Amino acid sequence: MIRYFFTRLAGAIPTLLIIITATFFLMRAAPGGPFDQEQTLPPEIVANLQSAYGLDQPIWTQYGRYLKSLLHGDFGPSFKYKDFTVTELIGQGFPVTLQLGVIAMVLALSLGIPLGTFAALHHNSAADYATMSLAVVGIAIPSFVVLPFLGLLFGVYLHWLPVAGWEPGSLRHLALPVIALALPPLAYIARLTRGSMLEVLRSHFIRTAFAKGLPLHTVILRHALRPALMPVASYLVPAVASIMTGSLVVETIAGLPGIGRYLVQGALNRDYTLVLGMVIIYSTLLIGMGLLVDLLYAWLDPRVRH
Amino acid sequence: MVPTLSVDRLRVSFSHRRGSIEAVDRVSLQIAPAECLGLVGESGSGKTQIFMAAMGLLPGNAQVSGSVRFEGNELLAVGAPTLNRVRGSRLTMIFQDPMTSLTPHLTVGTQLSEVMVAHLGIPWKDARSLAGRMLERVHVPEPKRRLNQYPHELSGGMRQRVMIAMSLLCEPSLVIADEPTTALDVTIQAQIIELLRAVRGEFGMALVLISHDLAVVAGLADRILVMYAGSVVENAIAEELFRHPRHPYTAELLRCTPSVTGPRLDRLPTLAGQPPRPGEILEACPFAPRCSRAADRCRVERPQLEGSSTSQVACHFPLIS
Amino acid sequence: MDGLADEAARRLRSNPAAVAAVAVLCAIVVLTWLGPWISPNNSQTLDWLHIAARPGMQSSHWFGTDRLGRDLFMRTLAGTRVSIAIGLAASVISLLVGVSYGAIAGYIGGRTDHLMMRLIEILSGLPLIFFVIFLTVIFGRSEYLLFFAIGAVGWLTMARIVRGQTLSVRQREFIEAAIASGAGTGRIILRHVVPNVIGPVIVYATLTVPQIILFESFLSFLGLGIQEPGASLGTLIAEGAGEMEAAPWMLLVPGSFLAVLLLCLNIFGDGLRDALDVKDA
Repeated sequence: MIRYFFTRLAGAIPTLLIIITATFFLMRAAPGGPFDQEQTLPPEIVANLQSAYGLDQPIWTQYGRYLKSLLHGDFGPSFKYKDFTVTELIGQGFPVTLQLGVIAMVLALSLGIPLGTFAALHHNSAADYATMSLAVVGIAIPSFVVLPFLGLLFGVYLHWLPVAGWEPGSLRHLALPVIALALPPLAYIARLTRGSMLEVLRSHFIRTAFAKGLPLHTVILRHALRPALMPVASYLVPAVASIMTGSLVVETIAGLPGIGRYLVQGALNRDYTLVLGMVIIYSTLLIGMGLLVDLLYAWLDPRVRH
Repeated sequence: MVPTLSVDRLRVSFSHRRGSIEAVDRVSLQIAPAECLGLVGESGSGKTQIFMAAMGLLPGNAQVSGSVRFEGNELLAVGAPTLNRVRGSRLTMIFQDPMTSLTPHLTVGTQLSEVMVAHLGIPWKDARSLAGRMLERVHVPEPKRRLNQYPHELSGGMRQRVMIAMSLLCEPSLVIADEPTTALDVTIQAQIIELLRAVRGEFGMALVLISHDLAVVAGLADRILVMYAGSVVENAIAEELFRHPRHPYTAELLRCTPSVTGPRLDRLPTLAGQPPRPGEILEACPFAPRCSRAADRCRVERPQLEGSSTSQVACHFPLIS
Repeated sequence: MDGLADEAARRLRSNPAAVAAVAVLCAIVVLTWLGPWISPNNSQTLDWLHIAARPGMQSSHWFGTDRLGRDLFMRTLAGTRVSIAIGLAASVISLLVGVSYGAIAGYIGGRTDHLMMRLIEILSGLPLIFFVIFLTVIFGRSEYLLFFAIGAVGWLTMARIVRGQTLSVRQREFIEAAIASGAGTGRIILRHVVPNVIGPVIVYATLTVPQIILFESFLSFLGLGIQEPGASLGTLIAEGAGEMEAAPWMLLVPGSFLAVLLLCLNIFGDGLRDALDVKDA
């Protein structure tokens, strides 16, 4: 098991390195510099700024310096938010986004899997059709449509929850964004689980489990669930990607001070280091998720370990 | 004396978009305590479905009528909790495909222990050591090690031994073995049959041995039922059946079973024709189209099972020795 | 091949949800293109008398107006037109790129295939939005970038599917026959490989269209897509979200249009997939 994990880890590092390198060089190779959008600055000042940010060095030197600083957790200064380094901005925003994303993911899994299982157990009943119809709606309609609608309903008309804004530690402000973010993956997971569970329930080993006189909940939880979750495990990385993507919009609409919002701002402001730093963070998260999923496969199906 | 299993006019059909398929057509049979019943027939003859009905393992689109009583208690249309009291403990089943019949992500030990934990209420640790001892009794080498292994780490023959062990854990009155050797190599087949014989001797339970192969059933069964197209065509004690088969189908089956001691043949004998497609229940003898002795009466009137306690046959013109 | 299409069409027709979805889609398409003839307004005129007006039958603005007095109904229809047009055009591009890439990789095989697939693996590592944001930072906002980015949605998976199909087709005898008769590689790919991989490609293409429309709306919503004065549903929704408390119809109208559009496309795609998927009979 341990060896399996390290093999996977060894494979992931080159991928990350390629992403960082490609990102870095593409950035530097881009037409125009980070200062082009400012009002025209006198050339000496531009030269000073360039030198201050190390942009006048040969590109390989810059690359080397960047890698070194990365290892120290330093992403460099933000080009637009002059008083902050990217690391500081990430430090401020990351916990918010993390909270948002983790709660959304947990919600999607803890509701999606039971819903899918329920639908499978009541195959072809009205409840099954109802659940799956809702699932299609959840999958089709994007977060940036759902969130304002939810805000309209629960915030403006019913006054139950705040529409936007943020207070540290406030759950109420997170409620609507989390729901909007969790809805598409939740719906997808429900659908996946249903299909997969239906198939697993037809297996011979499930027949054996019933023949042994085990109660339904034991058959489902102990025998059927783990094989049925394989497709869900495969979906985890795309689910995280979807939540990451959705968080950009959700944070923007709801005014949550997370890194998603910074990323969007960074794009609009052409803030190189900020975007570079964000991309690296997100890539690392995804790759890390991929590793976790590999471990999960091994737990779900022991045959994988050998 | 209450028969261990009593099946009375059991009908099983499967409903489909385009109609229904009759799998079991008014079958009645009885199994006495400690009796070994061999059930022989081609695929689609309904032999497995009878016991799927008994165990409550039929799919959702199955329609069942009639009665199946286990030790006097009705099994059909009874809720799952009631059924779960007997199935897996006093009424157990061994399936045909050991490769896929065990849960891949649970250890052998867990799959064995859970039966006892669920039915006997004993703690997991005790169940585990009992499971180990049962593995010894079914001649699985290194039982302690096997308990911690996963099914895919065991060979087919060993997995079938585990299945057999699983069926014996709670001292059943009846074990149903559905084609237990079909998926195994010939040499392993013989071992499993031997194991079943030994186990029967040790535990003294009733056994139903379902097979399409008369040879498998021959050494073990006290009584043999031959099924064709969803109904029983002959029901006789083993010696009688082999020496004096009365139904033409039985005779053909015997003829087709290659024998080591008989004369060498150039070609293996086969039965001409095909069994009727499931779903075609007619008021005629289902075997008539393939029967060399068929007469007009066979094509219009359904023969009923008649005879003595040692031998019954459903035929208008049974063979006389 | 024809038999399969007939069977699929029959199964699709017997699927009430899919049929309804197609009907609604046709209605939307008809509405967006006929819109200008129905309503007395157009999407550009600023009606100073009716700024941020509520929807109603009294004024000619049935669905209300926006902050600048532009008729919301017409703007929404125009936006829908833009979204659909981009969706279809980008889908075609994505299709062509994906199919070509996959067919070439699958057909040539060996190291080339290996390299090409590695590239896809790396590109799939990061969600597309980040890639787009990244490119936006470098190249600034431009319509070409937008188009390229949107076309990039889905070509990865399309390429993978086509490559897989190509690999299995390549083994088959008639390919050997074609090679033996001296046909060139390009010809073989075009005339023999492509027709045989059409099936899954069609299914996936229909699933790509809503993805693309979604992505375009997403970008526009964030301000990275279509710029003023052009509008797609994404920009309209962004505007509407900002005015949510005061003028909710500005959100509800384009939002509902987008939701319905995507929903119908998804239902149709699901229905098509069920109809063509043999094992799901």
